[in-house]
Amino acid sequence: MTLKFDRIFWLKAGMHLACALPLLYLYLRVQSGAAGGDPVQYLIHFLGMGILHTLAVTLSLSPLARRLRMGWLIRTRRLMGLWTFTYAALHLAAFVVFDLLGDWRLLLSEVIERPYITVGMLAFVILLLLAITSPMWAQRKLGRRWQALHRGVYLVALLGPIHFWWSVKSGDLEPALYLSGFVALLLCRPWLRRGLVKGWRRLRLRATATPWVDQGDPK
Amino acid sequence: TPLPYSGSHRFGIEDPLTPEQKVISHNNFYEFGTAKTDPQQHAQELSTEPWHIEISGEVARPGRYSVAQLLAQFPLEERIYRMRCVEAWSMVIPWLGFPLSQLLETAQPSSRASHVAFETLYDPKQMRGQRARGIGGGIDFPYVEGLTLAEAMHPLTLLSLGLYGKTLPPQNGAPIRLVVPWKYGFKSIKSIVRIRVTAEQPPTTWNQLAAHEYGFYANVNPAVDHPRWSQASERRIGEGGLLSAKRIATEPFNGYGEFVEDLYRDLDLARHF
Repeated sequence: MTLKFDRIFWLKAGMHLACALPLLYLYLRVQSGAAGGDPVQYLIHFLGMGILHTLAVTLSLSPLARRLRMGWLIRTRRLMGLWTFTYAALHLAAFVVFDLLGDWRLLLSEVIERPYITVGMLAFVILLLLAITSPMWAQRKLGRRWQALHRGVYLVALLGPIHFWWSVKSGDLEPALYLSGFVALLLCRPWLRRGLVKGWRRLRLRATATPWVDQGDPK
Repeated sequence: TPLPYSGSHRFGIEDPLTPEQKVISHNNFYEFGTAKTDPQQHAQELSTEPWHIEISGEVARPGRYSVAQLLAQFPLEERIYRMRCVEAWSMVIPWLGFPLSQLLETAQPSSRASHVAFETLYDPKQMRGQRARGIGGGIDFPYVEGLTLAEAMHPLTLLSLGLYGKTLPPQNGAPIRLVVPWKYGFKSIKSIVRIRVTAEQPPTTWNQLAAHEYGFYANVNPAVDHPRWSQASERRIGEGGLLSAKRIATEPFNGYGEFVEDLYRDLDLARHF
């Protein structure tokens, strides 16, 4: 295999760099004390925002590719998705290691009892499944089911901001902005829009049909 | 600047101190932003001179005191207290201050007095969080807090003007703040400009934002979880790096039960959290 230095190569290289550099920045900030006297929350929050931002890019790729008629953009989607997973894994690791200080029993009870942890954990498990099944051989082996499984990312796009919303002390507008942004990104998908419209029509039909059914046959 | 004081009291809490550097660089002070590092970064320009604190309401002798007047009238002592945040982290901090009861006694609460209300400075020019809801965490400023009169008169309740032997840094609530060690940190209101003695329970900021999550009392209580996270344990911020922190069991009333539990004899603490 020869390495081709084409536009995809450079785009991919740029994406890797853009995703890796914030981690270096984070490391330096924590090391130098610029992340505050107790950087645990800073670390977890920074990595959490990394998940949301990489996920936003991942989900923008296919609408962008269509709008700009640049189909090759899709070929960077797996890379971005894997960076989302990387940030999610680091976010979870930072929570377990630095906040819970490795107390696995506490982690278990938090996952069960705290809705925002439950939601976050569910999103992580989905991302984990997507990461494991990201190689080409898995795609070939799973066939049609691969597509269905990987639509799980849309669920992550909703669970992530909800997890963020429920985790803040209160009254924060930022999570709401992220949630609406992700909903907008989901609505960029024609098949999802069509599905929603179809579902809505069916609901309305049923609602308008019900009184007639209730009254019975007019004859 | 150094602040003179005499005597140091621990009230049976022998925990090692949280290093000064951490106490002044990890703060919740939404007037300057919601991140823990925002207050240190954005509060340094806060002008604390001149500063007056007004005491009014159900008192025989209302008044207006400058910080210098307070320092002249009420001798400072050191109080080493645990600070337990509702977010489940904690510190041990050597405050300098005087009991709030001394100021209240000077003002002479009337027979109708039942509560004490506190208010933080409202100055959007100086406090960026008050200029934009997005920065200030959606809080309706000014920040307000309150105590029952009995809590306010309790000898542990401190008006603090310093920590680690020096005047308070802006991010810790300069020039004067409340410290109520048996309650979650948000009760210990910072940069106070007004104290009002009232005949009814005053509104409090976090309670107004989410009443089912933050009660008026907000006593530290491992048995009553926050609806979204556990309060059974806390991460103690002490010496050393990231991995040297410890997760310790949270104590009822933050370990000050022997001094304060009498205040709540007739109160269902699960309902009045």
